[in-house]
Amino acid sequence: MFDGYTTSELMSIFAMQGFAGLSLFSVFVLMALGLAIIFGQMGVINMAHGEFMILGAYTTYLVSGFFQSVLPGLFGGYFFVAIIIAFLICAALGAFIEWAMIRHLYRRPLDTLLATWGLSLIMQQTYRSIFGAREVGVELPEWMMGAIQVTDLVELPINGLFVMIIALSIALGVYLLMYRSGWGKKVRAVVQNRPMAEAVGINSAGVDRMTFALGCGIAGIAGAAFTMIGSTGPSSGQAYIVDTFLVVVFGGAQSLIGTIVSAFGISQAQSTMEFFLSGSMAKVLTLLVVVGILMLRPEGLMALKVRR
Amino acid sequence: MGTTTIAAGGRSHKSKGLRKSLATLAASIMLATSAQAATPATDEVNTTGLAVTDDTVKVGILHSITGTMAISEIGSVQAEKLAIEQINESGGVLGRQIEFVQEDGASDWPTFAEKSRKLLRQDNVAAIFGAWTSASRKAILPVIEQYNGMLYYPTFYEGLEQSPNVIYTGQEATQQILAGIDWAVKEKGAKTFYLLGSDYIWPRTSNKIARKHIDKLGLKVVGEEYYPLGHTQFNSVINKIKLKKPDVIFASVVGGSNVAFYKQMKAAGVDFTDEKPLLLTISVTEDEIRGIGGENVEGIYASMKYFQSLDNPNNEEFVAAFKEAWGDDMVIGDVTQAAYLGPWLWKMAVEKAGSFDIDKIREASPGIEFTKAPEGYVRIHENHHLWSKTRIGRAKTDGQYEVVYETDELMEPDPFPEGYQ
Repeated sequence: MFDGYTTSELMSIFAMQGFAGLSLFSVFVLMALGLAIIFGQMGVINMAHGEFMILGAYTTYLVSGFFQSVLPGLFGGYFFVAIIIAFLICAALGAFIEWAMIRHLYRRPLDTLLATWGLSLIMQQTYRSIFGAREVGVELPEWMMGAIQVTDLVELPINGLFVMIIALSIALGVYLLMYRSGWGKKVRAVVQNRPMAEAVGINSAGVDRMTFALGCGIAGIAGAAFTMIGSTGPSSGQAYIVDTFLVVVFGGAQSLIGTIVSAFGISQAQSTMEFFLSGSMAKVLTLLVVVGILMLRPEGLMALKVRR
Repeated sequence: MGTTTIAAGGRSHKSKGLRKSLATLAASIMLATSAQAATPATDEVNTTGLAVTDDTVKVGILHSITGTMAISEIGSVQAEKLAIEQINESGGVLGRQIEFVQEDGASDWPTFAEKSRKLLRQDNVAAIFGAWTSASRKAILPVIEQYNGMLYYPTFYEGLEQSPNVIYTGQEATQQILAGIDWAVKEKGAKTFYLLGSDYIWPRTSNKIARKHIDKLGLKVVGEEYYPLGHTQFNSVINKIKLKKPDVIFASVVGGSNVAFYKQMKAAGVDFTDEKPLLLTISVTEDEIRGIGGENVEGIYASMKYFQSLDNPNNEEFVAAFKEAWGDDMVIGDVTQAAYLGPWLWKMAVEKAGSFDIDKIREASPGIEFTKAPEGYVRIHENHHLWSKTRIGRAKTDGQYEVVYETDELMEPDPFPEGYQ
C-alpha cells in the first residue's frame, strides 16, 4: 500500500498516525479513569458512567450558550470554566446518587449493575425531555479548532492536543490524590480491609461517597472534553461505555496504573490496525486480542496482589 | 358500491332503448359524485373491518421517540402529524377526519414488530406511517404482510425490496447515488473516490452501487472503509485519506459518528471549501448538521432529493407551516419531507380507489401524482417507489444547503439494479 510515496510523505504519515494513537490513548484514559476509581476502589460497576459524561457535555453546552449571550468577550476562555462546572455538577450528582441509591447496595454487586443501568436510562430520558432528542451543537472558540502546521504534511489537531493535556493533568491529579494525600491513604485502607479501616477510625461511608463523587466528577470532565471530538446527545454516552469497560477490565479492575497501561495498549493496537485494515476489522481484532489475554490473565494486566 | 347497484338497474332497462339507459347512467354518475362529496357510507368504503366510522378514520404513526434513533425519527413524526392536520383542515379523507394512534418503536426492532401488530390487530388502523431504519422496516414487514396493512416508509434506503404492503416515499439507493457521482465527475472532474461509511446494510449497499458505477465510468475507487455505528475516533482514516489524496470522499457515515467525523476532519486541517478533497455525502441532512455544527461542514456537498432551501411555492408554504407547527428553530431534512408525503399519498390513493380497503389502495397507488409536494412533483411508480428529482446541495455555515444542481428529469426508482446485488 506504500507504493509511489516518497520517504518524507511516509514519515509524516507515520508521525500523524502516532499522534492519532496518542490522542486515542488520552481519550481512553479520560473515559476510563472515573470508572476505574469507582469500580476498582468500591467494586461498584457504574453503568451510568456514560450518562455522567454526557451530563458534563451538556453542562459545557449550557456554559457556552451563557458566555455567548452574556459574556461574548470572554468566549475564548469559556471552556475552562465549563470544565470546572462540569466537574462540580457531576460530582454533586454522584454524591447524591451514592447517598440515595448505591450505599444500600454495596453487598450486592449484581444489583448495583441493574440499579445503575436503570439510572442510565432515567438520565437519558431526562436529557431527552430537557434538551430534546436531537444532538446539540457545542460551539467551540475559534482557537480550539484547526490544526498546528508542523511541516507541509504533518498537522496536529489542536483539540487532540488539548484532550491530551487534560487527560495527563487528570491522571496526575488522581495519582497525587490517591498516593500522596491523606484522603487517598484512607481510600486505599478501606479497599484493602474495610473492617480494619473502620476499626482505626476511618469513616468508610464518607470515603465511599467521596470516591463515587470523584469518579463521577472525572466523568464530567471527560464529557466536557469530548464535546470537541464527538457528539452531544441524550444517548451519546452509550458510544463510550463499551470501550471504557474494556479498558478498565483489561487493565485489572483494582489498579489505576493498569488502567493507564491498558488504555495505552488498546489505543495503540487499535489505531495501528485501523491504518492497515478496515475500521470494523480493526475493532474485531482488538477485541479478540483482549479476550485472548483475559482468558490467560483473568484478573487483567495488573492484578492487585492481596492476601485472601 | 352505490354506483354499481344503480348502474345494474340501468342495464335491466336496456331493452327499452339506449337513450333511457344512457340517461340512467348519467344519473348514476351524478349520484355517485354527489355521494362522494357527501361522505359515502362506511360499509361501502371499508369492507375489511378497518377502524373507519362515518366521520373518522384511524391511522398509525410508528417511530422511535425514545432511544438512540429518536434524534432522527422525531422530524418524521412532526411532518406526518402536520400532514394529517392539514388534510383534516381541508376536509379529511372521503369526508372522514383522520385520527392517529402513535406508538413508540423505542429504537428497538422487536418493539417495532410488536407495535405494528398492535396497530393492525387491535387498533385496525387504515395505514401506518412509520419505520425509519432499514432494520425496523424489516422487522415490521412480515407483520404488515401477514395482516395486509399498508406502510408508508419515509427514509432513503438501500433498495433491494418491493413489498405490496409498503409505499416507499424516500429514495432507493440508485436515485441518490448515480446522479450524485455523475455530477461530481462531470462538474468537478473527479477521477478518484474514497468510500467511507458506517458498518451496516445501507452504507455497504450504497457503496457497492457507487463502486459499480465508478468502475463503469472507468474511474477509480482508492479506498473503502466501514466503521462500527457510534464510532468516535476517525483519526486513522483521516490519515489514510490524506495519504491517498482522493478527489472525492463519498461519505455515508450516520448518527453520532457523523459529529465525530466532521469535527475531527476540521481539526485535522481539512477545509471542505477548498474541495481538496471534495466531500459528497448521502447521509447528512439539515437535521444532522444541527448536531455537527454548520462551521464543521461548510463546503461539503450532499446528494438528496430535498433541501429546506428549495425555491418553489410548495416548499415555501411547507416550511412556513412546519415552523408554525413546531417552532421557528426547526430544520427540515430530506427524510422529514419524505415523511410529509406519506399521509398525502395515502389520501390520494384512498380517494382514487374510493375505498379504504388495502387491496384497492394498492391497486390505485401506481400512477398517483402529487403536484403539491414540497420537493416539487412526485409520482408513484409501479414498483411502489417514487419518481423524483435528485439534487446536489452545498452546505453553508448556517446549517442550510444551497442547491447547486438538479437533475433535468425525474429519476426512475430502480430498487433492484442489475448486477448490483
